[in-house]
Amino acid sequence: MTKAQIIERVAQEVTTLTKRQAEVVVNTIFNSVRNSLQKGDKTEIRGFGSFRLRARRMKEGRNPKTGATVAVPAKKVPFFKAGKELKDLLNQ
Amino acid sequence: MRKADIANEIYEKVGVSKKEASDIVEFILNLLKAVLQKGEAVKIAGFGNFVVRSKGARKGRNPRTGEEIGITPRRVVTFRPSQVFKKYVNQP
Repeated sequence: MTKAQIIERVAQEVTTLTKRQAEVVVNTIFNSVRNSLQKGDKTEIRGFGSFRLRARRMKEGRNPKTGATVAVPAKKVPFFKAGKELKDLLNQ
Repeated sequence: MRKADIANEIYEKVGVSKKEASDIVEFILNLLKAVLQKGEAVKIAGFGNFVVRSKGARKGRNPRTGEEIGITPRRVVTFRPSQVFKKYVNQP
C-alpha cells in the first residue's frame, strides 16, 4: 500500500475529512517522525514501534567501477524497531 | 515524541478536535498494521518502505546461560528508509 492509497482510505472512511485534509494528516504523521529524528529526538508509537537514529562509523568504501578506495564518512541512519503488538500481530 | 504529540500537530494543522485527531492517528496506525499483517508492504514516498519478511527456524542461545534454544520460523517487519529521509537526518 502506498501513501496515496492510505490518503484515499482515510478520506473515504473518516468522513469528517476532505481529501485535502486527509493528505495533510498523513503527511503530518510521517513528517513529524522525520523532524523529531532530525532534531535528535526519538519517536515511540505505542502498539506500532519506535524510530531512532543509529550511528554508522566512517568506513573505507570502493568505487565498484574503478576499484579506487574512497572514504565513506560517518553518518546517522533512521532505524525502526517494531513494537510488541505489531510483532505479535504478524505471528498469530 | 509520542502519539499524543502527533495528534496535537494534526489538531493544530487541520482544525479537527483533539479527540478526533487522536482517533485519526489510531485509525491510520491500525490500517498500517492490518496491511502489514496481510504480508503486504507499506510504501511511503519520501519516508521509506515497511516490508514483511519471513524468517526460517534457527538455533539461538540464551546469552545469559549459554543454553541452546530453537527459534521458531516467524515474520518480521523491516523498515528501509528512503534516500530523502537518510539525507534529511544528516543535515546539520
